Amino acid sequence: MARAVVELVGCTRDYAGVRAVAGLDLTIHEGELLSLLGPSGCGKTTTLNLIAGFVPPTAGRVRIDGQDVTDRPAHQRGLGVVFQSYALFPHLSVFENVAFGLRERRTPRIDVERRVRAALALVRLDARAEHRPSQLSGGMQQRVALARALVYEPRVLLLDEPLAALDKKLREEMRGELREIQRSVGITTVFVTHDQAEALGLSDRIAVMQGGRIEQLGAPREIYERPATRFVAEFIGASTVLRGRATAADRVTLLGGEAVRVVGLDGLRVGEPVELAIRPERVRLTGGAAENVVDARVAGVVYQGVQTEVTVEIGGGQRLLVFVPEPVPTALAAGQALRLHLPPEAFMRLGPAAGEGAR
Amino acid sequence: MLRLAVLLLVAFMTLPTLVVIAVSFNPTAILSFPPSGLSWRWYVNVITYPQFQRATWNSLVVTLGAVAVAMPAGTAAALALARAPRGASLWATLLLSPLVVPGVAAGLGFLILGAALGLLRSRAVLIAAHVALVLPFVVRSVWVSARNLDPTLERAAASLGATPWRAFQRVTLPLLRPGLLAALLFAVIVSLNEFVVSLFISTRLTEILPVAMFTYVVNYTDPTIAALSTLFIVGTVVAVWLADRFLDLGGVFLHHR
Repeated sequence: MARAVVELVGCTRDYAGVRAVAGLDLTIHEGELLSLLGPSGCGKTTTLNLIAGFVPPTAGRVRIDGQDVTDRPAHQRGLGVVFQSYALFPHLSVFENVAFGLRERRTPRIDVERRVRAALALVRLDARAEHRPSQLSGGMQQRVALARALVYEPRVLLLDEPLAALDKKLREEMRGELREIQRSVGITTVFVTHDQAEALGLSDRIAVMQGGRIEQLGAPREIYERPATRFVAEFIGASTVLRGRATAADRVTLLGGEAVRVVGLDGLRVGEPVELAIRPERVRLTGGAAENVVDARVAGVVYQGVQTEVTVEIGGGQRLLVFVPEPVPTALAAGQALRLHLPPEAFMRLGPAAGEGAR
Repeated sequence: MLRLAVLLLVAFMTLPTLVVIAVSFNPTAILSFPPSGLSWRWYVNVITYPQFQRATWNSLVVTLGAVAVAMPAGTAAALALARAPRGASLWATLLLSPLVVPGVAAGLGFLILGAALGLLRSRAVLIAAHVALVLPFVVRSVWVSARNLDPTLERAAASLGATPWRAFQRVTLPLLRPGLLAALLFAVIVSLNEFVVSLFISTRLTEILPVAMFTYVVNYTDPTIAALSTLFIVGTVVAVWLADRFLDLGGVFLHHR
């Protein structure tokens, strides 16, 4: 296992009586890109601020490279930060913005010149060195902010929703570029985002946060395919939660009486109530009756171009979301009867939310 | 129609000033209008009158002293106001309150305090009074700039390795520049023109120029005072014009860009 670079140990942070981060334990390894993903108010930005040293933890310790930096102010931590608003200095040229960190480190003049040029070349802004930030587009400002945070080779790069202010197309472009730069520099990176697509596409690992806690920590595929809690299943991608009762180690009877076979779910005990999640893209329209085929009635249809999103009702009043790829095989309308195949390997079992478990 | 209204308004506002300027060139020793000729004799009188020389020096010392205290204090207050999570408006009201206190009341207060402390022989009370009088202008001007300051800029500076003091020097202060320059200009103009409060706490030896002018008018009625007023006006106009021309005030004084 790679070396631990940043360690948060039991970190708690309160703001005027409101707990933003609650007893967080998190280790970030050498060279990895770890995303803190969650809805606004989940504590992800506070976690970043704890690492950066912008706010001290109410309780707990922060370590960098094994050293306790909890009481060290931000300017002595030697980290690079890219802010959501970029926070470029409007009165300084692009060159001086990037040179700021080097000058604070009393780098010799010649080295400043050379390293700033190299950093600007890395983000393809060599030609804009003498411009003011306000003369640049949002995407360019974003790249200046990145160059400014990378030029003095910080131990860790912290990115606070760096793509949120860009429009969709540019955001997708910058996402790839960011990943490429992070890989080529090989810098340990913490990436704060509320955008699950961004997190899935960029990260080595994702920490899904809610209510100041980590709900699940794992590789993107692991998070998507085996969400640990209902919150994770619903926040990452779309999913439907179905309730039922286990009748065998690989069989569950749903609320409406439909019996389904499940595979890959450990430790189903006969008779216990279970919550199963299923991704809407895994559900298939089908013709005849067979194993794991259930009857459903269309409740709502939303056309989305690449697919049509259909909400159906199955037995017991449970609702299920189904993505039908375009072109759809039959016309879909509310009230229509359908048969759906729920593949046994598509079911995910949900545990209680981390927040609920602790209470 | 609108043009005419503006013209009348401008005429109304500038007429007294124009009369004073015209009278200052009057060759005879009475304050009559229109002047009966053209003469520089009253300007010579201004420059050679010893009490005016002393008062000019006093004005410079008092204004510089007041500005030296009010600028850092007012800037600190403005930054605190801009960053206060709440309650800023109450503090702002208190800091701006000297504007609504009648000069006579303030003057009386400073006189009583100065007498009690035995400080009326020196310029200390004058400087203290001027600090209080210019502070609202300083706070107000810097506050406008400070409110537009993005607080994450200081965080950014800190993340780049700047100590709080360095961040203030390299980021906050340069960005406050327009507000600071406007504050400086306001403070100097207000202090140099202050009369009512200063009258209460001046002695013959410490009185500043506006007070000396008043004393002169009480005793003599020749156009000397018109000449001095003209010099005052020309000096202020030139100072404001230069400031607006060569310092980036964001059009606080002369025009909006």
